[in-house]
Amino acid sequence: MKQISRRTVLKGTAAAMAISAFAGPSFAQGIDELVIAYNVNLPSWDPTVGPSAVNPTIQGIYQSVFDQFILQKPDLSPAPGLLTEWGWNDDKTKVMMTVREGVTWHDGSPFTAEDVAWSLTRAADEKTGNPIQFIWSTLANIKAEGNVVTADVARFEPTIFKWMYFLTGYVLPKAYYEKVGAEGFEAAPIGTGPYMVDKFERNAFVRLKANPNYWGGKPDFETVTIKFVTDAASRVAEIESGNAHVTLEMPYEEYDRLKGGNGISGTAAPISDIGMIFLNDIDVMLDPNVRMAAAMSIDKQLIIDRLLSGYGVAIDTLQTPEYEAYDASIKVPYDPEKAKELLAASGYSPENPVKFKIQTTRGFKPKDYEMIQAIVGLWRKIGIEAEIEVYEIAKHYELRAADQLAPAAFYNWGNSVGDPTTSTGFAMFGPSPHSVWDGQDLIDMIGPLWGEADEEKRIAGWKAVDKYIAENALVIPLLQYVQPILHADGVAVTPHASGALLPHLMKRAS
Amino acid sequence: MKLLRAILLRLATMSVTLIGAAVVVFFVIRVVPGNPIAMMLPPGASEEDIARLTAHYGLDKTIFEQFWIWLTGVFHGDFGTSISLRQPVMPLVLSRLPATLELAIFALVIAVMIGGAMALTGVRHRETRTETAIDVANGVGLSIPDFLWALILIVLFGVLMPVFHISGRISPSLDLPFVTQFYVFESIARLRFDLWWDLLKHMFMPALALAIPLAAIISQLLKQSLKETMHLDYVTLSRTKGYSENHVILSEALPNAVLPTLTLIGVQFTFLIGGTVIIERLFSYEGLGNMAIDAVINRDLPLIQGIVIVFALLFTIINLVVDMTYALLNPRLRHA
Repeated sequence: MKQISRRTVLKGTAAAMAISAFAGPSFAQGIDELVIAYNVNLPSWDPTVGPSAVNPTIQGIYQSVFDQFILQKPDLSPAPGLLTEWGWNDDKTKVMMTVREGVTWHDGSPFTAEDVAWSLTRAADEKTGNPIQFIWSTLANIKAEGNVVTADVARFEPTIFKWMYFLTGYVLPKAYYEKVGAEGFEAAPIGTGPYMVDKFERNAFVRLKANPNYWGGKPDFETVTIKFVTDAASRVAEIESGNAHVTLEMPYEEYDRLKGGNGISGTAAPISDIGMIFLNDIDVMLDPNVRMAAAMSIDKQLIIDRLLSGYGVAIDTLQTPEYEAYDASIKVPYDPEKAKELLAASGYSPENPVKFKIQTTRGFKPKDYEMIQAIVGLWRKIGIEAEIEVYEIAKHYELRAADQLAPAAFYNWGNSVGDPTTSTGFAMFGPSPHSVWDGQDLIDMIGPLWGEADEEKRIAGWKAVDKYIAENALVIPLLQYVQPILHADGVAVTPHASGALLPHLMKRAS
Repeated sequence: MKLLRAILLRLATMSVTLIGAAVVVFFVIRVVPGNPIAMMLPPGASEEDIARLTAHYGLDKTIFEQFWIWLTGVFHGDFGTSISLRQPVMPLVLSRLPATLELAIFALVIAVMIGGAMALTGVRHRETRTETAIDVANGVGLSIPDFLWALILIVLFGVLMPVFHISGRISPSLDLPFVTQFYVFESIARLRFDLWWDLLKHMFMPALALAIPLAAIISQLLKQSLKETMHLDYVTLSRTKGYSENHVILSEALPNAVLPTLTLIGVQFTFLIGGTVIIERLFSYEGLGNMAIDAVINRDLPLIQGIVIVFALLFTIINLVVDMTYALLNPRLRHA
């Protein structure tokens, strides 16, 4: 038997000491500080101005620090938040909002109705650069009296209260903001939310401390560090190595590989984002047979099963089951034979295919390019020859705003308030810069719904619009996305249907 | 005097290069598809809203008017305000530059150490299996790009054997006493080796990923150069004087053989800084490269311009320093 020399033992000891000195943070014991590997950077702390204000992915961080006017529950429904009651008067010429009492800002100063009135007034002021100013400006003469805020309705907007838990619908501290200014607020932001900003390193991390006075109850985790890890492979490595307790948005294959083993659990729930194909009313898309054949020849479930490992929900309208105007009776069947017949009626066949271009991003959403490749393959079988053009998402926005998209263009649409105006409405109403379908018939159907005061009538109207769109294949809805979240076994994560990953909804697992 | 004139001439050339870079980047980023206003349009924005936002960011003016406004600002030290970060561009860029410089310098040090050691070992054991093994290692180091090395290192030392940090520049839980952004240098100056060690553990993998391809290049070139020098008469003479092989290589051959490598290191250092863009992204390292990617994604025109100008300035300064170092080390150039 080989003798172990003293030198060998010393070498081994030194090596062990060196490795232990390098060892990363240990998370084997109880979790004192929750670490989240987040998929985007936080560019700015003001949630009401600039590009980050309309970036849905960042809203989870904003909602950790700031409260929205109205709380949104994980199932997308509204609940009392800083506003405990809200509504219009009978003739819908005024709005009234009751403000929660006993709330304090992170600096200890009292939150008042003045803060709500100021936040609404500021949002409506076009000089501040709020991208949703066109909605907030529908309220005028905003006043605070006691714990009640009132405003005149300058233009009736049926979704105004929904915007109060949507993009830029945040309450900011009037006195503090006026004292420190925009730059001071950026450097040291305060809100009324469940967490307070402790330390922020741009592009690196934000460290949050629990707000002991949070009106909704102190969060379970005293300290939360959100690391900005924009690369999906690095996020997977973070959770796999134990350097992070929670992460999101990784390839579904990685999600399946890691969940349920090695101390890691997984949560995958549908969110409000959908994948769709815009159809532009140009060239061959003016032929209804071509549009309907294109829509009917896509086996959505097959694509979800094969490409997204089953993580997705096939949809036939721009509404998901969580949306208010969702109508399960509206169906676009998968029927390739019928699609062939439709194309034949227009003189097309696999031998003489109809040709058009389809644009898509590559890597912007999970398997976006691969999905379009699969769809093009399905189309080829029935007599559609589509040429794929890959573009950046920035180019998509620019082309869409200029109504210059190709006849078909893949895109994903987010609508975390679930109102039909912010899905079908903006995506399909011709005059909207987000729509490329300009048909007058649809404009005439949608037009009266913008200001419809009768809620039942409004929702019924949108359902009729969706039915018309499906019957005429004016757009091709594909699927509702499922958000994969991986987390340490010691953390219980509550997914939010908006896609926002909210630390205050995370608890210690029992 | 001649040296001073040469430096002044180089400085003048640098200015022309920088102005050229500024003009090119200003116009190119406005010509390529994608504009920042389209990126931030909310659902439901009308034509009036688009016009209002376009005017808010000054993009309603002609491209030449925009250029003039920007150029006037630059001459007054104002590089504009970032659209996405809503802060003045130059302080933002300068706050990130030290992190990237520290990473690049650390990578360079690793590359020189590895490459130099491999070259010297290869020459010391030339025409043996050791040299063959070094040639194979050089080939592998060169043929795999830095971002792939980064992924390999993440799996090896981040997941399988988690001894280094995968992301960030420093642990969020540490309290930082720094007044500059040069964390590594300042931690040494403050004798805060706990912070220095943490910084090193964060920086090691990205720096190594950047260093491996450069180390292979250094190794290959220096070894070849050394081997050629080893056949020169003065080297043979020192051998006949009875000096050891190690002395001959280190004291006689190396000083002459290192000059071409030095020039190459200077040129490659600029590439190395360019490589930080993707490496910083992979390791979520809070440097200028990471910021550059976000700026491009958000079509943050003022920020892209500021970053490109700073990168261009950095590259020209590095080239100047390399040329001057080369002149100082090479007497033939110094007296030319």
